[in-house]
Amino acid sequence: MPKILTAPAMARCIDCNSCMLACARMIYNSFSPHKSAIQIRSRGGAMGRLAANICTACAEPVPCVEACPTEALTVRTGGRGMTYRKAECIGCHKCVEACPVQVIGWDEEETKPVVCVFCGQCVRFCPHDCLALEEVG
Amino acid sequence: MLNAEVVRILHVDLTTGNSHVEDRADLFRDYLGGTGVAMRLLDELVRADLDPFDPAQPVIFAIGPLTTIFPVVTKVAATFRSPLTGEYGESHAGGHFASALRYAGYDALVITGAAQRLVYLLIDGDRVEIRPADAMAGMDTIETGRVIRNQVEGAGHRSILRIGPAGERRVRYASVNVDTWRHFGRLGLGAVLGSKKLKALAVLGQKHLPLPTDSRAYKKAYAEVYDKVLHTDAMKKYHELGTPSNILPLNELGALPTYNVRQGYFGEAEEISGESFADHELITKHACAGCQIGCIHIALYRRPFAPGWEFESTMVAYDHELIYAVGSLLGVGNRDGILHLIEEIDRLGMDTISCGTALAWATEAMERGAVRPEQLGGLDLRWGDAERYGRAVAAIARGDTELGQWLGQGEVAAARHYGGQEYVAAAGGQGIAGYWTGYAHVVGHLLGARHSHLDNAGYGIDQKLEPYTDEAIVDRIIADEAERTVQTSIAICLFARGVYDLETVSQALGSIGVQRSADELRAMGQRVYWERVRLREQLGFQARAEDLPGRFFETPTPRGQMDRARVAHLLELYQARRAAAM
Repeated sequence: MPKILTAPAMARCIDCNSCMLACARMIYNSFSPHKSAIQIRSRGGAMGRLAANICTACAEPVPCVEACPTEALTVRTGGRGMTYRKAECIGCHKCVEACPVQVIGWDEEETKPVVCVFCGQCVRFCPHDCLALEEVG
Repeated sequence: MLNAEVVRILHVDLTTGNSHVEDRADLFRDYLGGTGVAMRLLDELVRADLDPFDPAQPVIFAIGPLTTIFPVVTKVAATFRSPLTGEYGESHAGGHFASALRYAGYDALVITGAAQRLVYLLIDGDRVEIRPADAMAGMDTIETGRVIRNQVEGAGHRSILRIGPAGERRVRYASVNVDTWRHFGRLGLGAVLGSKKLKALAVLGQKHLPLPTDSRAYKKAYAEVYDKVLHTDAMKKYHELGTPSNILPLNELGALPTYNVRQGYFGEAEEISGESFADHELITKHACAGCQIGCIHIALYRRPFAPGWEFESTMVAYDHELIYAVGSLLGVGNRDGILHLIEEIDRLGMDTISCGTALAWATEAMERGAVRPEQLGGLDLRWGDAERYGRAVAAIARGDTELGQWLGQGEVAAARHYGGQEYVAAAGGQGIAGYWTGYAHVVGHLLGARHSHLDNAGYGIDQKLEPYTDEAIVDRIIADEAERTVQTSIAICLFARGVYDLETVSQALGSIGVQRSADELRAMGQRVYWERVRLREQLGFQARAEDLPGRFFETPTPRGQMDRARVAHLLELYQARRAAAM
């Protein structure tokens, strides 16, 4: 069964950036937290609560897949979210515009999207169990 | 790329509005970053012949090679000429600042000159702008942060430093608020920024820093440190009760400075302990960018403002030193009173410890008749009265009363003016931290580069060292500070010092291609330690037993009542070590 990333306990988040650094480090070969498919944001100033901008793994029709003119993004087995094949990506940016929750990032250097691959590295490096991989389908 | 061979410096001159970037391979080779780099740049740029507030004086910020890319490497070291002591100023802060500098692409930032009008500085990667801040004149630190958030993009990754009205007015221990919860607290950096008419600093950037082609060693080293941080006891204290876990054990030892250090025991310690705060007010914890510990303990400060269950509530970060400085030291034995004072002091932009030691001196001076309420706008200070202390804090920040102005110069200057030098709770010109453990604490404070308990942890030496000989005390003070100089040059948070022994630092550096053995690091720490001593002396630092207040030799410590002659002997031993090393 496919797994999707969820953020069920963001009220515990301490804003440590560890998840963003993990995604950048383990998936996007970068030291820079901007190159992370998860982005933690405060809701207006440090005193506000924290939120995780993450892929919601849309059910079919998956908007980013629909927008992709090549086979770079395809619907995952089980029908939730997408599979990303970088080699097929032509860098057209259409997936970024199509994402209904604005969580597909953009790698300016590589001109490729920064998308969730549902690997769970951010979950592994979250010290407060704010994040989870959940089976769906 | 990581700037793994050079220190990339952004220079900003507020007088001309010009900025430029400089790469310094020599600084990287000899100092790596943080404390070492900031100290060396201050040495190159500071003017010993000019006042700390002269526009020519520099303010320097520096991060290190592992900043953000290893767990708990979260600090920025700042150096400046301290307006409180007149000599060397160094202060460290966390928050998002270190991370923001890293991704803006700079290892160090040097600010010189002074603006004509109140301004703030925006650093967005390569873009540097000096923007007007006239509308923020007199605004508190929290509001200033909010206004700048409205003007600057980059939510989640930006860092915003700002001073409050106390910094603008140059209260000599004015602080710099960093991202709401953290501070460059001690020694008056906020006043120096005030003298430059620099109300705030916003830093952000999205520099692309790719991993090395073979990143296995780095990923492995990161995961090892991560697991040590999270899954051993090395940092447990800091994320459970946090630093206020010290209150009760210190009180039991008789080592919690109380009533302006007239005693080392506070009858209401239970009420203001870390346990009590955690049970009643603690609502969440917060972390600096890149730290998984989250030591920032945040209290809900709730108080009624009208009948009918009408409450106003704010969030206040608390720590051991703050609870001591506005709690036991002032005889304030209730948590609401402490939260009220922490909030006021932070909002107005002052160092809480220094504010506490100034008020403690003023309270005793008023009791003794050395100063009078009329000199403080009619405010009759009383031990334990947090409401009056809150008004006194505001009076210091406003500077519209005679005594309020003097207290804004620090208790040492105030006592020199009014008399009462024998009961200032200060060493080296700065109010002491919240321990009354014995000789190593007092001498460590006096000799420490920041006049801080964190320089060499003298309070820990007092509690553990056996045999407690003069030679051993002095050697430990020097050795501990020299080793911490390595950690602060890497700009690791000192709460992670148990994780980052020199061998671990060496391996972490190696994983990103910086080869330094533990022995080489140790040698660097010792060299930087003595270079910093030389710089401090050029700026006027002198360690003299006769400058310590009589109070220090009256109030018993767990190591007994201290003797001035023994302190003099400790300092003689220190001078001998200094002569041999320099």
